[in-house]
Amino acid sequence: MNVEQLATKTGWSLYASDDAKSRDVHGAFVGDLLSWVMGNSCPDQVWLTVQAHLNVIAVACLRDFSCIVFVQGVQPPQETLDKAMEEDLAILTTNLTAYEACCVLHDLGV
Amino acid sequence: MITYSFNVEKENFVDAGVVSSKVKRILKQIGIPTAVLRNIAVACYEAEINMIIHSYGGEITLDIDDEGNVTLVFADVGPGIPDVEKALTPGWSTASAQARQLGFGAGMGLVNIKRVSDTFDLQTSPSGTTITITFRVA
Repeated sequence: MNVEQLATKTGWSLYASDDAKSRDVHGAFVGDLLSWVMGNSCPDQVWLTVQAHLNVIAVACLRDFSCIVFVQGVQPPQETLDKAMEEDLAILTTNLTAYEACCVLHDLGV
Repeated sequence: MITYSFNVEKENFVDAGVVSSKVKRILKQIGIPTAVLRNIAVACYEAEINMIIHSYGGEITLDIDDEGNVTLVFADVGPGIPDVEKALTPGWSTASAQARQLGFGAGMGLVNIKRVSDTFDLQTSPSGTTITITFRVA
């Protein structure tokens, strides 16, 4: 499944360039402590977090995540969205908690 | 041998990760294998963040030798690490409340750097800390 298909199936809001939409999704990682995320996640995962400041884009790109999902209604600031677009990184947002969002991802076979 | 240098400013959280992103881009362009590149990205980011959070600033140097092996040197100008053993303990951190609020300060920085690099050397005194890490490509 790619990011665009994920957004369609979940109904989560998607902000992404065409390149970012076509990234394949393999697994998911939940975390708000950036070093923990850096040290324990895997490439191509969906990253679920409530941290929405600019630095998360650097973490996601360095870790080669397929996309970031901001959970619990967290809306990233415009500078975060702009940077994500610049880096061809897809951003999704949902009002679900990280747990609920993971349940959805699991049911979709992510 | 190719060498690049980058400055890192104290508490410049806005630019945190910028040097690491540049390093990753440079190494990707010269064809460093993806698996090695990912380890370098982790180590470089952690060390860059440490300089921003804990030091008075400093310089990151990237060296690539003729075989493509990579050396990264993170040299700051102080104040040094008072207890290296504690600093290398997973989960131990002296990060400020501001840094923690942004998700930094998990106490995993040096641990992650040491884990993913092929060699790790840390020299510290009140006048500065220098971390040298290497990655073998061959």
